[in-house]
Amino acid sequence: MAGSTPASRSAEMPAAVIAERALVRHPPASPLGEAWRRFRKHRLAVVSLMILLAMVLVIAVGPFVWRVPIDEIDFSAQLSPPSFTHPFGTDDLGQDLLARMIYGGRISLAVGIAAMMVAVIMGILVGAVSGIAGRRLDAGLMWMTDMFLSLPQLPLLLLVLYLFRNALAKALGLEAGLFVLIVLIIGGLRWMPVARLVRAQFLSLREKEFVEAARALGASRIRLVVRHILPNAMGPVIVAGTVEVATAIIAESTLSFLGLGFPPDIPTWGRILFSAKDQLDSAPHWALFPGAAIFLTVLSINFIGDGLRDALDARRVG
Amino acid sequence: MLDPVPPLLSVRGLKKHYAIRGGILSRVVDKVHAVDGVSFDIAPGETLGLVGESGCGKSTTGRAIMRLIEPTEGTIQFEGRDVTRLQGEELRALRRRMQIIFQDPFASLNPRHSVRGIIGEALVIHGLAKNRRDLTEQVVRLLELVGLRPDHMTRFAHEFSGGQRQRIGIARALAVQPRLIVCDEPVSALDVSIQAQVINLLEDLQEQFGLAYLFIAHDLSVVEHISNRVGVMYLGRVVEIATARDLYANPLHPYTEALLSAVPIPDPTAKRSRVALKGDVPNPINPPSGCHFHTRCPIAVARCAIEVPALITGANSHAVACHLRHETI
Amino acid sequence: MERPLLDIIGLKTWFDTDEGVVRAVDGVSLSINRGETLAVVGESGSGKTVTARSILKLIDTPPGRYAAGQILWQGRDLVPLGPRDIDRVRAREIGMVFQEPMTSLNPVYTVGAQITEALRAHESLSRKAANDAAIEMLRLVQIPTPERRVNDYPHQFSGGMRQRVMIAMALVCKPKLLIADEPTTALDVTIQAQILELLADMKDRFGMAIMLITHAMGVVAENAQRVAVMYAGVVVEEADVDELFANPRHPYTQGLIRSIPRVDTKAIGRTRLEQIPGSVPNLLELPPGCRFSNRCRMATADCHASEPALRLVAPDHKAACIYA
Repeated sequence: MAGSTPASRSAEMPAAVIAERALVRHPPASPLGEAWRRFRKHRLAVVSLMILLAMVLVIAVGPFVWRVPIDEIDFSAQLSPPSFTHPFGTDDLGQDLLARMIYGGRISLAVGIAAMMVAVIMGILVGAVSGIAGRRLDAGLMWMTDMFLSLPQLPLLLLVLYLFRNALAKALGLEAGLFVLIVLIIGGLRWMPVARLVRAQFLSLREKEFVEAARALGASRIRLVVRHILPNAMGPVIVAGTVEVATAIIAESTLSFLGLGFPPDIPTWGRILFSAKDQLDSAPHWALFPGAAIFLTVLSINFIGDGLRDALDARRVG
Repeated sequence: MLDPVPPLLSVRGLKKHYAIRGGILSRVVDKVHAVDGVSFDIAPGETLGLVGESGCGKSTTGRAIMRLIEPTEGTIQFEGRDVTRLQGEELRALRRRMQIIFQDPFASLNPRHSVRGIIGEALVIHGLAKNRRDLTEQVVRLLELVGLRPDHMTRFAHEFSGGQRQRIGIARALAVQPRLIVCDEPVSALDVSIQAQVINLLEDLQEQFGLAYLFIAHDLSVVEHISNRVGVMYLGRVVEIATARDLYANPLHPYTEALLSAVPIPDPTAKRSRVALKGDVPNPINPPSGCHFHTRCPIAVARCAIEVPALITGANSHAVACHLRHETI
Repeated sequence: MERPLLDIIGLKTWFDTDEGVVRAVDGVSLSINRGETLAVVGESGSGKTVTARSILKLIDTPPGRYAAGQILWQGRDLVPLGPRDIDRVRAREIGMVFQEPMTSLNPVYTVGAQITEALRAHESLSRKAANDAAIEMLRLVQIPTPERRVNDYPHQFSGGMRQRVMIAMALVCKPKLLIADEPTTALDVTIQAQILELLADMKDRFGMAIMLITHAMGVVAENAQRVAVMYAGVVVEEADVDELFANPRHPYTQGLIRSIPRVDTKAIGRTRLEQIPGSVPNLLELPPGCRFSNRCRMATADCHASEPALRLVAPDHKAACIYA
């Protein structure tokens, strides 16, 4: 309210002093550069980022280096433990696990990222419209969001998979069809938190004076959203999106583990784990590698999310 | 008005009511009378100060004039046209004639834009720059106008101190070459030693460009210093308007008296009598009947609780809304 | 001369940050006598609030640390005291009122419970006695119908009333010193006048001393007996209030007094305000020598050579400027 923001409101609250003064020391730093500087201070996040990048590298160039086919069945080497010929061992058909892990990583990560994109884009759309629209539309969209949140997800997943699996597989081919279906299902059931987050950001940002200033300058509503509100709302969304990747990887693993995801001849980490579950006694390595890969990826992504949370903290820039 | 020059801005009976919704059906259960019938004029090149305590509606008035919030009732004539009816392209054109400077230098600049982007935005929106180079040149000129360096252009808001940010905000408002600037508490968030810099800058710019200001503030000493005329607001209404000299030398409304006497004077030898006001400002949801001020007024009589006093103009264009002081003007 | 109630000697409160050591308070000496009102005036970054908080050890360590100095409370140094000992000094001997009456009260307890918390912490008090004490305090700070309001929650009070509750909390143990950190900055001017009057009244009644932290010269002039002006972590001038306003010796004080418009000056010719150039100081990038030299209109090469000490420039008048 007017009249209640005095001259030295933050006067010398030590943290405020330090925060403000500290920034002055690094002259030409864009908000992005500033964020990177703060991200680097988060040691676990930096280590996680390196681990994740290494995994992506292995997955990307792996097949060109490790040229063992994923479906070469070798009954003489069933369930063999890690060795020089099979660094990760083999499964019950004697297929090379390293090759299958590399291939599966591609699918798992792709599913994670694609599902995240679906969730984030849908969430931003719903949240942005809700946050900028009038009371009625906002109430309607939020009602829809709440409804989606209250759907029992697993039965719904099973139902949708059951209904559309064959149709899509026929239209796009088995692998692509399943991929699209799984991504849409996972993403389509995960956009609600993003929408709520974006809406909350919009509601608070649209009252900010710099948005008011842009309105006073004659900026159109689209310009307000695209140039002023959305960029400032992205920080928390990026953090949420990061975590969303991890959630989607887990979700895909769960689906595959339940036998509802990709078929056995398309190895994903979750699918390999599913196949391995009956041989835990005789071939623990079979489950160990995909399990560790999922664990490590998800953990890294979550740490990166933590780092981003600090780096993109709106308190410093907002 | 005796003034022969037609006013630049003429506000009549301006009201802004906020609905308070309640119940399951979110029906309107009550209204906040944020601005409750405000009228005043501003001449070209003039500064009208608007003072009052928090919740008196002075900021709402400023934003309603800018059409940043939609007024509920009343007319706002600016350069002879009723601003309240403008839509679309006409409203956008208004934005070139009227600008606003905000209180909080931290919240009023987009943290993701460079200073060039912030100041140049209006030029882009209104197509006032011929090309990128022209835009840069205009931004440089604006920066120099407000006492900043051209190399500040590539920096971001967080790299500046409060006073410098306020200068950036002023440059942004000046970019469209407006005739009226609404200054909403432009110095109250600044450190004491910085306030004078910004006040002087605003005065210099006014002289240079013939700007008119609506200067909204709660600090009476600052308002007295910068304004030609001052309006005092209480709970959504103007209770007194006069020239700055007249208002401070000869306050007529008991609220103005109390407000003036409450301002601490930086001189320990100045001994004054203080008109102490009892209690707090009442809730604007259910403002007192009659004269809003009668619950705290030291001289109120029975009539004050019943009848709303009109704002009556006397000699020297000194207007006051008080039953008991109407004879004296 | 009588021993001062509080004697701060060469206090340095520093903060270790990634960017370097922020010397928020960098060698401050101040004293307050019994029953006296000392105003500590300064802008953001001047160290006035950190000084006040240091007295009651309200500084988080780390990142803060007491790098040097003593805080003698009735002759006893508070700096080395542990949490339990300092707790005994807090509230009972030194009370504190903060700037934000909105955030300084806990929203889930009644004001009555919060007012008597300090009492109940130190002596066993029956529920009835505590309630009576709370009502008495509310009456003292002139809150209407205290019997009813004692069981209200903070959100049911207006800003000015909350500040009264804060004052009641601070005074419940009848401290000998009240530290008021910008007590009226968040309040409207008519409410500010009420609160300052209340503080003066309480001071007379209990004979306590007040350390008034503020940035407003008007508030200083009307409420203090002695004034210390702080800039960038040091005291640059200290004098009796009449002397300081009549005869400011440090260029910063002079600038502060002359740069503020006054309501009582009848001459409203468009006189230009005198202005202090530059920005409030960045504590990590202070100029060499005198901290004010980069904004000072009188500065010479000598000013950059060494930091001027606070010295006596007239009877009971100290200033830290080689030209004062």
